Amino acid sequence: MSLSAGGVAIDDTFAEAFDMRATALVITADSAKWAMQAATTMTGFATSVIACGCEAGIDCELRPEQTPDGRPGVRVLLFAVSTAELQRQLTNRVGQCVLTSPGSACYAGLHEGEDKLKLGAAIRYFGDGWQIAKKIGERRYWRLPVMDGEFVCESVTPMTKRAVGGGNLLIMGATPENTLRATEAAVQAMRAVPDAIMPFPGGIVRSGSKVGSKYKGAVASTNHLYCPTLKGAVDSAIGPEIVSVLEIVIDGLTSAAVAEAMRAGLKAIAELGPERGALRVGAGNYGGKLGKHHYRLKELMP
Amino acid sequence: MSRLTFRLLGSPPQRVDLSGLTPEALKDKSVAEIASLPIHTTRAALSVGDLFDVKDGDGDEIVFEGGAERLDRVGAGLSQGAVRVVGEVGVEAGRGMTGGSLFIEGAAGAYAGSGLRGGVLRITGDAGERVGGPRAGETEGMNGGLIHVGGSAGARAGDRMRRGFLLIEGAAGDYAGSRMIAGTIAIGGKAGALPGYLMNRGTLLLASGAERMSPTFLDCGAFELVAARLIAAHVDKISARLGAAFRGPLRRYAGDLAALGKGEIFTKGE
Repeated sequence: MSLSAGGVAIDDTFAEAFDMRATALVITADSAKWAMQAATTMTGFATSVIACGCEAGIDCELRPEQTPDGRPGVRVLLFAVSTAELQRQLTNRVGQCVLTSPGSACYAGLHEGEDKLKLGAAIRYFGDGWQIAKKIGERRYWRLPVMDGEFVCESVTPMTKRAVGGGNLLIMGATPENTLRATEAAVQAMRAVPDAIMPFPGGIVRSGSKVGSKYKGAVASTNHLYCPTLKGAVDSAIGPEIVSVLEIVIDGLTSAAVAEAMRAGLKAIAELGPERGALRVGAGNYGGKLGKHHYRLKELMP
Repeated sequence: MSRLTFRLLGSPPQRVDLSGLTPEALKDKSVAEIASLPIHTTRAALSVGDLFDVKDGDGDEIVFEGGAERLDRVGAGLSQGAVRVVGEVGVEAGRGMTGGSLFIEGAAGAYAGSGLRGGVLRITGDAGERVGGPRAGETEGMNGGLIHVGGSAGARAGDRMRRGFLLIEGAAGDYAGSRMIAGTIAIGGKAGALPGYLMNRGTLLLASGAERMSPTFLDCGAFELVAARLIAAHVDKISARLGAAFRGPLRRYAGDLAALGKGEIFTKGE
């Protein structure tokens, strides 16, 4: 039996996702603009762990009263496949992108977690002996003298092992414009969901991949079953009515956050409807054997 | 159940040591056992019952009704629960505390909060010399927790402090923050001569300046630092007045250059 939401066909399939290690940071600055600049820079080139080392994105903007230092802030999330890689990415990205950004400060964005990652504790050596540790309440900060004053960075940030990476939706439409419109609407709705990010450009990936390749050494290659220009030549997953397919990949601090984001995305696509938006929504999986987390679209439909 | 109460019967005939009267030490004791505990510090024996009328109650909170300058070491070694004193106390109140809260509604003698490691010590009146400081021969003073003095503090407040917060609403004596290893001190009133004497690290805020600054502290200019905002937000919970003192431009003096020199004194100012 075929499923449908608001006239949009929903495949009876599931998205398959994986356990990941993750942390969150709160980056502040004297203005919202510069907090966002630091956050944008440190989450750049972080679309996929395949080649970027981590997946990172902006979770939300924070009002001054929501940040430790009372300045405007941005919460960012970082995901990686191992603790060591997450630590490496965290240190490099904060060191090169946040420390360097005018007026910035950087704090832990999680309050509980089984393990701790070094934040200021790794970057403090930049202070060349002039760094100052300050313990305020239960939290310890490093103060590094820099050319515009001081960079304040919390010593450690908790890490969660319960994070999930790879939740996804495949949005299929009759024209590229309609497909993009539906996908943008979905991303916009998903951004409102806390603890989840969509790490690809603008939240969207147009080159969805499958595992493996005909070429040795390539771990991933184009998802040819969803490429519209191949639909006559291969055992395609899309019918003649589909001209464009876009994917949204979701990473969440918890499995619930991923499910909630997918739910919000499906709702937005259904509300837009098939006339101006998507004809069909599917999800990517590997037969259910690789990833521990399965998100069935029919359970998340509006 | 009401609080375990010690009502002072009269002025103590000698200095007494009340360090044994904490919630943890008394939790399994009857009133009679408590009344027979020795508190004398001279050869003349004196027990709790000789000086106090003990009223049984929930041992998690102990109240001393009435204070005296001869009541030494009140709440010393406190690790949990609450001790409240309605009146003044002698020396070493809250010495070596690791947790809980000690509230003194009155003045405290010298060495209040000496070597405090955790918990909160609040003194509504004045504190004597070396609040939070180490006793002679010890290498570290206060090493965590928080001391709040509602009145003024004597000389060498926060001597050899290592960690934690020492907040003094009123004035401080000479050598405030002497030999600080680290930690944070805020003084609302005027500090005496040579604040931060031989401090290595740490932060000393002088909201109303000092009688005489040491020449071994060097002016680094005025800034609105993020670190000061973080401290202000924390201090606000205890004292809005001292929290506010950390806001706005603060002039930073680095020192003491006669020692390690990685400490700082903040004063209000452009």
